[in-house]
Amino acid sequence: MLAEMDVVMLSRLQFALTIMFHYLFPPLTIGLGIIIVYLEGMFLWKKDQSYMDAARFWTGIFGINFAIGVATGIVMEFEFGTNWAMYSRFVGDVFGSALAAEGIFAFFLESGFLAILVYGHERVSPAFHFFAACMVSIGSIFSSVWITIANSWQQTPAGHEIVQMTRDGEPWFIDGQPIMRAEIVDFWAMVFNPSTMHRLIHVWLGCFIMGAFLVLSISAWYLLRGRDSDFAKKSFKGALVLALFSCFAMFLSGHFQAKMVYEHQPAKMAAFEGHFETGPGDMSLLGIPNEESEQIDMNISVPGGLSFLLHEDFSHEVIGLDKFKPEDRPPVKIPYFAYHIMIGCGVGMTLLTVVSTFWLWKGTLYDKRWLLWIFVIGIVPAIIANETGWVAAEVGRQPWIVHAPFQVDESGERIVDEQGRFAYEESLGLRTTDGVSKAVKAEQVLTSIIMFGVIYFLLGILWLFLLNRKIQAGPTYMLATEKTGLEDAVAGEHALTGDK
Amino acid sequence: MDLNLVWFVLLGVLLAGYAILDGFDLGVGIIHPILRGQRERNVGVKAIGPLWDGNEVWLVTFGGALFAAFPEAYATVLSGMYLPIYLLLLCLILRAISVDFRNKIESPAWKLLFDFGFFVSSFGATLVFGVAAGNLIAGIALNERGEYVGSLADLFGWYPLATGVFAVATFALHGVMFLYLKTTGEIRERLSKWMWHFWGVFLLVYILVSMMTLIENPHVVAAIKQAPWAIPVVILNVLCVANMPRAIYRTQFGQAFISSCLNIACLVALFGASTFPNLVYSTGTGPSLTLENAASSQGTLWIMTIIAMIGVPFILSYTAIIYWTFRHPIEMEN
Repeated sequence: MLAEMDVVMLSRLQFALTIMFHYLFPPLTIGLGIIIVYLEGMFLWKKDQSYMDAARFWTGIFGINFAIGVATGIVMEFEFGTNWAMYSRFVGDVFGSALAAEGIFAFFLESGFLAILVYGHERVSPAFHFFAACMVSIGSIFSSVWITIANSWQQTPAGHEIVQMTRDGEPWFIDGQPIMRAEIVDFWAMVFNPSTMHRLIHVWLGCFIMGAFLVLSISAWYLLRGRDSDFAKKSFKGALVLALFSCFAMFLSGHFQAKMVYEHQPAKMAAFEGHFETGPGDMSLLGIPNEESEQIDMNISVPGGLSFLLHEDFSHEVIGLDKFKPEDRPPVKIPYFAYHIMIGCGVGMTLLTVVSTFWLWKGTLYDKRWLLWIFVIGIVPAIIANETGWVAAEVGRQPWIVHAPFQVDESGERIVDEQGRFAYEESLGLRTTDGVSKAVKAEQVLTSIIMFGVIYFLLGILWLFLLNRKIQAGPTYMLATEKTGLEDAVAGEHALTGDK
Repeated sequence: MDLNLVWFVLLGVLLAGYAILDGFDLGVGIIHPILRGQRERNVGVKAIGPLWDGNEVWLVTFGGALFAAFPEAYATVLSGMYLPIYLLLLCLILRAISVDFRNKIESPAWKLLFDFGFFVSSFGATLVFGVAAGNLIAGIALNERGEYVGSLADLFGWYPLATGVFAVATFALHGVMFLYLKTTGEIRERLSKWMWHFWGVFLLVYILVSMMTLIENPHVVAAIKQAPWAIPVVILNVLCVANMPRAIYRTQFGQAFISSCLNIACLVALFGASTFPNLVYSTGTGPSLTLENAASSQGTLWIMTIIAMIGVPFILSYTAIIYWTFRHPIEMEN
């Protein structure tokens, strides 16, 4: 099956594989970073050693995730050039500067101070260590900023012009075709393009939820085992508050984002909801979209629900896929399922955090073993929601790699053709099929997919193995080794993470 | 101000920073097999433990800056050298895992596995860097759009292989000097002996590669003749190489390490001089990618310059803080 695919399909598949694997780690480190800052801050304030022990334990977990996150992150940076050379040529002027800003502002901060956070415990004062924790956390959040800006620009481009490139001062043509690219004209308009803030908040909340659910999962497991209960309860409570807040904020964020997507990328919204026919939109809850018959099989839906969400009116018209030429339509199945799975996981996690908070307040939470078991596996839907959210966003953007604007008349109204369909300003966007490298052959991409498939599979096993070991060893194990911490530190030892 | 030139120089600074800083931890990986027994190898890995990750960020930033400042060169080089780049990425992943996870479990087999991984990945990554540099010095075949049209085998000619070996020899020497400074006790005597061996190998390859560069690449000779500042760099480079045995002999190992740092900086500068005013010299039908035709717009270069002016003082200050925090040598465990 793989061998029959072309460079475009293989490159998309490879990008999906490498980014989805990579994206397991940044949300965990962003979420955990905040929890570590909180715990170290509490230690400084309350002078209660148990906060510092907890911070140390979570820093160990952070360290493992960070290491794999960095290792898999470099791949992403180079993949734009290796597999998407034509895209890189087209967007380098806009996208590249955001990426460079990420390196300069975020990565140095993050990886520099991480050394002090992980290895520097016995070498710096507690206050400076807290400072290092803050810097790592800020660095990890910064690193999500620029890449989200760059991605948002692909979805809703702004602040740029599409211009013809020149060679020796002359406009550049090859075989009569002008060679075009995007150039920045307004940096801040590019940074704050219409979707940036919506998507950034959405991404951050997703990260907070994932980090919080990892802490909840591990803490619940300790509680079930009846060990380290003091530590586990402290961590559980903090993470539950973060999760509750983030889940609620996520609903608001999701709602506004959906409206924003509909405004700028109505085809994407139609694919999310399987909304084929323009008219009042139902909100499909469950079903299988069928692209041939243009309807949703086995559909269970809320009549008018989509119209209501987007327009606060149950019978308002919602643009469907019939308004788009076949070659301008995104695929429906993958965005539909991804979007629905994301929301399903989100609803489930919200209900879970709400009832748990209620029982925590009643003081009966820790007696409900079945509930704690749900929390142990709760990290899985948190990961799935983050991953499927991105799948929906990126597949829903197709067939564009840089989304083209609609053709509009003088008054700004979208122009429709004789069949009532919208038309895009083809030359102002870039199709995914035109973004791929021309110097690369399918078998080369196939080789790299297999190579990275194998290495990421092994890496995934290693990750789970090390996490499991660290969790099994637990925070008390850390206390036991702490006595030798000083000697370890002098010996340049990995004292904080409890390695010998 | 010629922003294209500014960014060419800044990329050179980033590359030199990367080669000097990550160079020593890659070098420690390359010489890892000369360390005997678990205790010595623990020291080798620990000496770079807190530092390598920050060093690698220089490469990440170099990549981002190349993408932003010269997107045509970024796209051409990475797509043209597709499989070597993936080999490099594979090595970088393996290295990150080996260094970070080697000490996680107390098992001789586990440690041996990651010791091997540390060596192979450090060696492999350095080799690919050298091969890539060799190809860029010698030039690669580009078509009119600036796409690489040669084959995979073309990238592994004699000259790029020689520069690959040269990179390994340079970093090995750099690494052994760094490790000497980070250790105490008996291991140092052996390291100082190895320093002589590595210096000898380095000198041999240095002369060989210099000769090959001048004989096989007439365009490089022409480029260096055009750059009057290249001559003092060559002289400084030779002085650095010559100063190393002097400093080792007098047991001034700090001075030897600084000579090695300067040596690497000179080599990066000469690499720049050999391609200037091109970024990618074309041996095919298409034109070379130059500082002018491969660059982003002046507006973007300005934005990037402002970003760099804000960011660089921060980077330098926390790099300094971290190196100061971890300045102590590593003691051997009993």
